[in-house]
Amino acid sequence: MLAPDILLSAVLNGLLTGAVYALVAVGLTLVYGVLHIINFAHGAILSVAMFAAYFAWMAGLDPYLAMLVLAPAFYALGYALQRFVISPASHGEDQNVLLVTLGLSILIENALNAAFHSDTRSIDVAYGLDTIDLGFTFLPLPRVIAFAVACAVGLALWYLLTRTDTGKAIRAVAKETYGASLMGIDVAHIYAVTFGLGAACLAIAACLLLPSYYVNPRVGEAYVLVAFTIVVFGGMGSVPGALIGGLAIGVIESLTGLFFGDSLGQLGIFLIFILVLLLRPTGLFGARA
Amino acid sequence: MSAARAYGLIIGVVALFALVPLAGPSNTLLNGMVLALLIALAGSGWNLLGGYGGLFSFGHAAFFGTGAYASAILQSRYGVNAWAAFAVAIAIGAVVGWVIGFLSFRSGLRGSYFALVTLAFAEVFRIIANASPFFGGAPGILLKLDIRPANFQFESRAIYYWIALALVGLTMLVMRAIERSRLGAYIVAIRENENAAKALGVNSLAVKLKAIALSAAITAAAGALYVQYFLLVNADLGFGTWISIDALLAPIIGGLGTVFGPLLGALLLHELGELTRAIAGGVPGIDTALFGALLILVIAFARDGVQGVIGRLFARMTRKTAPPAIEAVS
Repeated sequence: MLAPDILLSAVLNGLLTGAVYALVAVGLTLVYGVLHIINFAHGAILSVAMFAAYFAWMAGLDPYLAMLVLAPAFYALGYALQRFVISPASHGEDQNVLLVTLGLSILIENALNAAFHSDTRSIDVAYGLDTIDLGFTFLPLPRVIAFAVACAVGLALWYLLTRTDTGKAIRAVAKETYGASLMGIDVAHIYAVTFGLGAACLAIAACLLLPSYYVNPRVGEAYVLVAFTIVVFGGMGSVPGALIGGLAIGVIESLTGLFFGDSLGQLGIFLIFILVLLLRPTGLFGARA
Repeated sequence: MSAARAYGLIIGVVALFALVPLAGPSNTLLNGMVLALLIALAGSGWNLLGGYGGLFSFGHAAFFGTGAYASAILQSRYGVNAWAAFAVAIAIGAVVGWVIGFLSFRSGLRGSYFALVTLAFAEVFRIIANASPFFGGAPGILLKLDIRPANFQFESRAIYYWIALALVGLTMLVMRAIERSRLGAYIVAIRENENAAKALGVNSLAVKLKAIALSAAITAAAGALYVQYFLLVNADLGFGTWISIDALLAPIIGGLGTVFGPLLGALLLHELGELTRAIAGGVPGIDTALFGALLILVIAFARDGVQGVIGRLFARMTRKTAPPAIEAVS
């Protein structure tokens, strides 16, 4: 039997990781909710964001400050990608969106590989190894900051979706695309806005990850597979589902890792993924089949 | 095209390709051709399910790796004859395909969901193969070099080339036969409108299970031949994303839901890869990046792939008037 301290510290660490997972997943679920399609390029965009944050740091910009620049920049990138590449290339067919985003992910990931090779880079910030002493355990400062910012972004998104006109339009398009267009909502614009928001979340996640993580062209792939699991777990298209699912998956990964070792911690995630897909494809919080 | 002409065309193309080793190509060239044929074979398996059936699997590595590992384990662990192991590996591939299909289709998964669940199965297999000693762990399984035809090992690469070509040819004949059969009509009907097909009395679960089992068997054959050729399989070679991607790129770029699509696509990708490597030299990933761009371009401008483009050009030249572009794959 494990000491409660170790268990509690594993749960806390799981929550810290889970918050960043949630941030990655929330972009994916937003896009799914509105476009009804999985964006397979999500992980590749995260890799691009991490390289951008890395080079911002090389240029002397702290990752937490770079966030203020990169989030709007990636919003614009995501907007343009949907409006000028994915949408025109897909001719409005779901199956095509799937393949176009897959093509984008292959293109981006390998272009990064060609440009920067597969070396793993990391940055060395002054606070990188600082910890917060809770008495029974130490929590790494960068991950606590990541947790706090991810929660704040979650709240901001909730506000945006429920209290603003843009948020109303996004929800309207998600519910009934044709009806929304009859009400004068520019559906193509809303699609692109949603995509932009997802990319902005990724830019923020990248800046939060950088101080305690590493960068290479495939880094996004590891996160996005977990994000797929969270999105399915929380219910495709459900924002609260993605946030709660992210935290839950973080804790599950941490606990399975504690009991069965790291490589099987990953396995636990995929088994949950398959089980949820097979038994309850609408997820724990999803309403739509 | 009449049935006899279609079969004749397939046999003619295969016979033409069979001449390649006789022209005395370099070992590197022949090696590349064998690999392209293996991808054409794996892609033909994907094409049955994805091209004809409209069920896009993002995890055909699950079947490729199953074929490779099943054959390697039967030979190295149980001393089974290589030819028998090859046959059993194909059967095991079909069973694994059927089981994954049963679990997924029973839950009504399609579209993004089906793509995700197949991707997840391939990843689970990869992690298990990488971690479990039964599958040789991270180093994988190395087959003993024992060059005897009775042992499915040959001195000459040309023999592997002909075997791969024969399997691709056989698969194309089977695909053509399926196209003209009741099963093929059901599969296409389910792609076009599953509910309508069901309403007309098509048992859609049974048809989809047949399609995925056969699809998996063909891709498993590619995996089993791969292990016979390289005498090595590990988690990333067998269950890695590279083969899931190649198996879907080849038919989509060659021509989705067509008999020649996977072969055409695999050869084109191979040549394109060689060309970029010759131009860009040792830059890693640049060839694959190009494939990604090509996938987007094909979806955007030529849903019927290279075969469709060639067909339209040919028709334009012979008729002098441009026929209308084909809107959807039919």
